[in-house]
Amino acid sequence: MEPHKQKRDFCRMARLLSLTLNGRARTDAVSDNVLLLDYLREIVGLTGTKTGCDGGECGACTVLVDDRPLLSCLTLAARVDGRRVDTVESLAVDGRLSAVQRGFHEKLGSQCGYCTPGFIMASAGLLRRNPRPSEDEIREALGSNICRCTGYVKIIEAVQHAAELCAEGLTP
Amino acid sequence: MNVMNQILPAHNIGDYVPMIDGPDKVSGRAKYTADLLVPGSFAGRIFRSPYSHAEILEVDVSEAAKLPGVKAIVTGAGCDKTFGVLPIARSEYPLARDRVRYRGEPVAAVAAIDDATAKEAVRRIKLKVRELPAYHTAHEALADDAITLHPHRAKNIERDVFFELGDVEAAFATADLVREATYNCAEVCQNQMEMHAALADYDAVRDRMTVHASTQVPYYVHLMLAQVLDMDMSRIRVVKPHVGGGFGCRTETLNVELIAALLARKASGCVRLVVNREETFITHRGRPETDIRLKIGLRKDGRIAGVECECIQRGGAHSGYGVVTILYAGSMLYAIYDLHNVRYMGKRVLTNTPPCGAFRGHGTVDVRFAFESLLDQMAREIGIDPIAVRRANYLKAPTFTDNDLMVNSYGLPECVDWVERQSGWKERAGRSNGNGSAAEQKNSAIKKGLGFACSHYISGASKPVNWTGEPHATVKIKLDFDGSIVVLSGAADIGQGSTTILAQAVAEVLGLDLARVRVVTGDSEVVPKDNGSYSSRVTFMVGNAAIDAAQNLKAVLIAAAARKLDAKPGEVECLGELYRAGAQDKGLSFNEVVTEALKDSGTITVTGTYSTIPESHGGKKYRGAAIGGTMGYSYSAQVVEVSVDEDTGVVTVDKVWVAHDCGKALNRLTVEGQVQGSVWMGMGQAMSEEAAYHDGLMLTANMLDYRVPTIADSPPIEVGIVESIDPHGPFGAKEAGEGSLAAFLPALTNAIADAIGLRFNDLPVTPDRVFAALEKRARAKSNGGA
Repeated sequence: MEPHKQKRDFCRMARLLSLTLNGRARTDAVSDNVLLLDYLREIVGLTGTKTGCDGGECGACTVLVDDRPLLSCLTLAARVDGRRVDTVESLAVDGRLSAVQRGFHEKLGSQCGYCTPGFIMASAGLLRRNPRPSEDEIREALGSNICRCTGYVKIIEAVQHAAELCAEGLTP
Repeated sequence: MNVMNQILPAHNIGDYVPMIDGPDKVSGRAKYTADLLVPGSFAGRIFRSPYSHAEILEVDVSEAAKLPGVKAIVTGAGCDKTFGVLPIARSEYPLARDRVRYRGEPVAAVAAIDDATAKEAVRRIKLKVRELPAYHTAHEALADDAITLHPHRAKNIERDVFFELGDVEAAFATADLVREATYNCAEVCQNQMEMHAALADYDAVRDRMTVHASTQVPYYVHLMLAQVLDMDMSRIRVVKPHVGGGFGCRTETLNVELIAALLARKASGCVRLVVNREETFITHRGRPETDIRLKIGLRKDGRIAGVECECIQRGGAHSGYGVVTILYAGSMLYAIYDLHNVRYMGKRVLTNTPPCGAFRGHGTVDVRFAFESLLDQMAREIGIDPIAVRRANYLKAPTFTDNDLMVNSYGLPECVDWVERQSGWKERAGRSNGNGSAAEQKNSAIKKGLGFACSHYISGASKPVNWTGEPHATVKIKLDFDGSIVVLSGAADIGQGSTTILAQAVAEVLGLDLARVRVVTGDSEVVPKDNGSYSSRVTFMVGNAAIDAAQNLKAVLIAAAARKLDAKPGEVECLGELYRAGAQDKGLSFNEVVTEALKDSGTITVTGTYSTIPESHGGKKYRGAAIGGTMGYSYSAQVVEVSVDEDTGVVTVDKVWVAHDCGKALNRLTVEGQVQGSVWMGMGQAMSEEAAYHDGLMLTANMLDYRVPTIADSPPIEVGIVESIDPHGPFGAKEAGEGSLAAFLPALTNAIADAIGLRFNDLPVTPDRVFAALEKRARAKSNGGA
């Protein structure tokens, strides 16, 4: 296919996507077949959200949509029209790390850091709906995220530490 | 009291220190190679062989070339230079020429204006071949009538290793119990979270190449780029952004970064090549499938009289690290127990499967599994506690082993004591331990067991693969008018925290707070060359170089302070933020000292180096005996507690106690993290992970079929840190990131044996294997009863 023809087809299949991304309203022309992950990384330029697998296997791309963890690699961008999407870049408040971010940093829940944004968003989602999770609840909430560095021991400690920080008034 | 007397130098080692780059990782700011989205760059894609073994007749790219938007196509015809990590065994082309040797081997690659176009172009490439017999197991490749994969490797043997030190037959003759067993360990992959990625930018005007790559050793990438591009090294720049794990597969330069560079030069532009998870699996460099036959002679007092070990590794289609892996498997029988009379026969075999490489615990893990399993079995048979049998065989450091490995610090006894105490071993082992009495356990389908094992690892190979005569490690420090300490190092932080350790080491020597120290790494244009992050060398080698650099800087600052204070350098006391001559002196602030020091030379740069001592270079008693030589060995002991469900065959790890002798924990937080990660990675290999093939096609090249344990499957891991203070280590430190992996595997199978009386010599121990063994035993019992 000729490039100019491809472009025409793109325009025909694209539509305007309006959402609240990390607290800011924005509108982009996005092709119907674009994944939320690729929209975030390549169109918006928020590369904190990671690609770790060929689709739905690892959880590295987890974002919050209306506070619920969702795999952005299995979600079409068009599906979040009108919704509130939060990525790892949204968590810091006034330049300070959020409770979950501090938990993962201070307790070494993050080593290489590649799975970290996914774990942090899944943990933030957990703490937003359940500020005092049990260890079993933490394991369940993070069961679809894979980490290859930590053996998960310090990830559990990180989330527990984050819950304590939330109790002191920090946002998840 | 004088206020000045209260000033103390800051202390930076030995505590729990979060990583200095942690805030970047938890905020999403850390950039990995795939995050470098360069406007106007081209998308790269690789066309891979669908054949296991075939002669290439034609690679037809004509249809792909006609596609608008295609900027460059490269095939094996465009590069006749080989690459490989070992200078003696570079058998691999970035893109296959004349033959493909495994399914998934790169044959051609495309750069195009966008990914969809590159994908379509790859679809249009046609490969014509004449198929050759393919060998997917070591056994098939070793058959008498097998053709050779590489003409210079007769019988498909990459390396045949043999040594006998002592008299093994005589030792077996004097032993009270001699047992032999065979073991099979499935092939496993590192499967680090970040998929392989490279960004290659070719400047056609100035003939320069810049490559960003997800690598553990930027220096090797630099060398191999020069080789395959046939470019002068001075025209190449290699940058290592944040790296999402490595575990050994990124020690070798991979075809990904080389292909990206070949495309970029041909396209005269910037090419982004990010391979997917399946391709990351196929790029491989994991731990080879290993068959082991092990024979041990044991005396009644628990002393090991003699050992015979035969080890066959299915190495895959190229040489890679193969020679080194098969040598480690033999040499590292030593340096953990006091062994004499050892015979080792190793074969590294070339097969039509993706090339294996160095995986955490390189070469040592599968043999350690066999050794600790058989020793446990024999201890029980001869009636000695499995822990007591290890105690009967301790080394007495300092010493040299029979194969000339230098052991100066040896914390294994303290490791063993710690796990024995913490796990309640004495009260529980071999007594239907765990919850409930023996009677209760008898009636339950859930059987509890405890298992014990030990392991060890090197703190960096004493002699680097690319021997140049330079110091093993070099670190620079820059100090300028702003008073910040800028550490320049080529050491690659791949998540293990090496950058943090270097900052801690420098800050400790200078008595300064970590906040004053910045570490710059990973850009060949700026930092000194480093041999890279492999074989757990960075803390030991680069840490020592960092200490040396900091001491050199301190000498410069003390000299400047002495001049200003009108004192002799020997009279100047460095308290970090304060330099003074005598306790009553009000002294100079750090910034005042810096200002004085800059008067001499302007910006200050100092160099620190570290070189290993010749005694650590291993011996010459057999060909390749240098492999295994290090400045310091780490030691680990583990107790694993399991529950085995006899109705389903499911094994649950309830708890792991692990003690690791890391010499001195420079950072207790990262030591614990490394040890837990190692143990857990051993658990994956032991219980679920396996690279399985059908006709050479990897069936498990995704994160669901390649079963990495999830957080739901993973046990609590309690870490004890043993500090044996190595005389050569930086502040006494040794490695912490690999040595605890291997012991998990045998500790697990020993625990299962304790729980249900069945021994599993083949890994992974999956529920279906356990269930089949239980069924077999039940059938044998009922047949015996009939």
